[in-house]
Amino acid sequence: MISFGPTEEQDLVVEAVRSFATEVLRPAARAADETETLPEDVLQQAWELGFAATQIPDAYGGAGEARSPVTSALVLESLAYGDAALALAVTHPAAFAFAVLDQGSEDQKRRYLPLFTAERYHAAALALTEPTPAFDARALRTKAEPKGDAFVLSGTKSCVPLADRASHFLVFAQSGADAQDAFIVPRDAAGLVIEREKNLGLRGLPTGRLTLERVEVSAAERLGGERGADLRRLLDSSRAASASLLVGLSCAVMDYAIPYAKERRAFGEFIAQKQAIAFILSDMRVETDAMRWLTWKAASQLEQGLVATRAAQFAHAYAAEHAMKIADDGLQVLGGHGFIREHPVELWYRGARTLSVLEGAATL
Amino acid sequence: MIDFTLTENDQKVLNAVREEGLVARKYARHFDENEHEFPPDELEEAKDFPPTLGLMLQRGPNDTPLGTMSMLLSAGQTWGDYSVRMRRGKGGLGNAALQAAGTPEQKQKWGHLTLAMAITEPGCGSDPSQVQTTAVLDGDEWVLNGEKIFVTTGCRAEGVIVWATLDKSAGRAGIKSFLVEKGAPGFVVAHKEKKLGIRADDTAAYVFQNCRIPRGNLLGGDESIPKQGAGGFRGVMATFNMTRPAVAALGLGMAEAALDFTREQLREAGFEVDAYGAGLHSQSAVVAKFQRLEALHEAALLTVLRASWLGDQRKPNNLEASIAKAKGGAAVREITQGCIEILGPLAVSREHLLEKWFRDVRITDIYEGTGQIQHLIIARQILGYGRAELR
Repeated sequence: MISFGPTEEQDLVVEAVRSFATEVLRPAARAADETETLPEDVLQQAWELGFAATQIPDAYGGAGEARSPVTSALVLESLAYGDAALALAVTHPAAFAFAVLDQGSEDQKRRYLPLFTAERYHAAALALTEPTPAFDARALRTKAEPKGDAFVLSGTKSCVPLADRASHFLVFAQSGADAQDAFIVPRDAAGLVIEREKNLGLRGLPTGRLTLERVEVSAAERLGGERGADLRRLLDSSRAASASLLVGLSCAVMDYAIPYAKERRAFGEFIAQKQAIAFILSDMRVETDAMRWLTWKAASQLEQGLVATRAAQFAHAYAAEHAMKIADDGLQVLGGHGFIREHPVELWYRGARTLSVLEGAATL
Repeated sequence: MIDFTLTENDQKVLNAVREEGLVARKYARHFDENEHEFPPDELEEAKDFPPTLGLMLQRGPNDTPLGTMSMLLSAGQTWGDYSVRMRRGKGGLGNAALQAAGTPEQKQKWGHLTLAMAITEPGCGSDPSQVQTTAVLDGDEWVLNGEKIFVTTGCRAEGVIVWATLDKSAGRAGIKSFLVEKGAPGFVVAHKEKKLGIRADDTAAYVFQNCRIPRGNLLGGDESIPKQGAGGFRGVMATFNMTRPAVAALGLGMAEAALDFTREQLREAGFEVDAYGAGLHSQSAVVAKFQRLEALHEAALLTVLRASWLGDQRKPNNLEASIAKAKGGAAVREITQGCIEILGPLAVSREHLLEKWFRDVRITDIYEGTGQIQHLIIARQILGYGRAELR
């Protein structure tokens, strides 16, 4: 039955997260970007909202609420409205936790999930993207070769969130011509080199390059154990999550450009009174809606256990295209001020481009 | 709970509409090429297809709400063909206006008629406040004079709601709507318009020459006259909150037909058009372009469903109705133009219907308010501006 109505509980969650995003994340965003440093107190504050822990069963120390990709989508959009880099930083550990929760073996859940229900912020990361032109998540360069009761991983991963602090990495690798697996690799694994990266946008989110030189992991660390994992589903979830963040970022641009256009005068009237500007703004309103409903559709398919590949692709591709356009247009509405770092629009402009090429930076 | 799945009951109705649509589609080319003919009220195959009303009645509170469902049904019908229907329903745009602005007695008296709506004139379209058709009270009769064009279902309709001004100097406040029945003295259906698309559809031009109608045919009754401001005007404009998403749905049904045809052709030619989730870089440009159009269709359809769903919840949806219309109207242009680009020469042949869908959808970004008018409405709302601040 078609419904665009969030549950009452979801409405409350959105309200709480939205105020956290505007009161805590947004004010911290510029400094994090300029200094390329994560504000530790903000991470801890966000952790206490329980983004990961609420959806982890009580058997592993969590609050035991049902897994809900739709709730996650609503939360990600709201957080990214504050700041996308910080939104990723505070939620990325949950991407690792949810991957283990949804697809891990019982042994993996017992060993790793309690890390994310503890009181202190704990970082772990997904390592998916690679520094190769025309990166394709379905055809990875990183290889996993079986060796007795273990696997040997070789390759390079880039844009790995929280690489400066993650205790573990979920490394995606090609384990056969058409087969992919993910492996949990501890930070101190022999043969793993971690380097800090500097990026165009989302500078508040530390990312790193991982070089894996014949890193050996036991078969028990393959996600899902002997039966392996459905990485297609993880990718779908990651694309829908990216789309959620892009919706939040786009709304931030729109809500900044509108009041600016209503205050800025030119030729005797406010620029918002000119159709050339007003129609740019109305287009933002149309497209943020369209992006959001596509994202909700993908999230709800994931929640219902349906194959969401098509919906997630649509949501991600559409949101990426239009978020970039909205950030670009927002900058244009602000004119020269859009180019000045006193205003956040240039930050969103860099962020939109960066966010849309990062796969595996968030999941629902 | 946020949900985008159709229930079994929803699906049954939609499947039935699609089956009927496929039959209607067999007649599509004929009525496109023979513009002067009207498609029949009921196709001869109708005897083999029980009315879908029965299936509609089987739906309950756990199925998709009626307004939202009706958008999918509209799209399902035009997926078959815009003009040819298994059974032609009664009613036109004027009926919605009668329901919105008529007195209880007027609704009772004329509710059973198929009513067209005549607003546009040779010199005014998007700005109906410039209506030049006049209405003058003469004893117990109104006397109408003027011309109306682009009147949808204007030939078939049994009556029409006409916008006319009592006082040109009063602007919008002077405009009232009148019900004129066919056969009224001085009311002439001048001709059927010849069009780019939706050719089988009945679009008329009217002339009113000293056309006399009873005083009681003023919509809303005599008490609607002394109202100051544009109250009556707004009342009729409110009709559009219901019809705008529906118009977008009509276009999206045809755009979906275009996508289905294109997908089938690509599939036969060996393109992996059903492979989703691949990195964009490992796809052919053709498939990437096609899937982009599919996403655009989905995006636009969701804005339509959003607007109608809000209506179902009895929540305000004026802004969302315009969003749906703006998005839908623009999307169907891009989709049908894109499908032709993808398929090339094959697509321009009148052997296939794609070129017809390309022509047919074009109207949906024009009538019921052009895309630009929708953007004006959206912009005013998000900026908190009235017509004085944003013209």
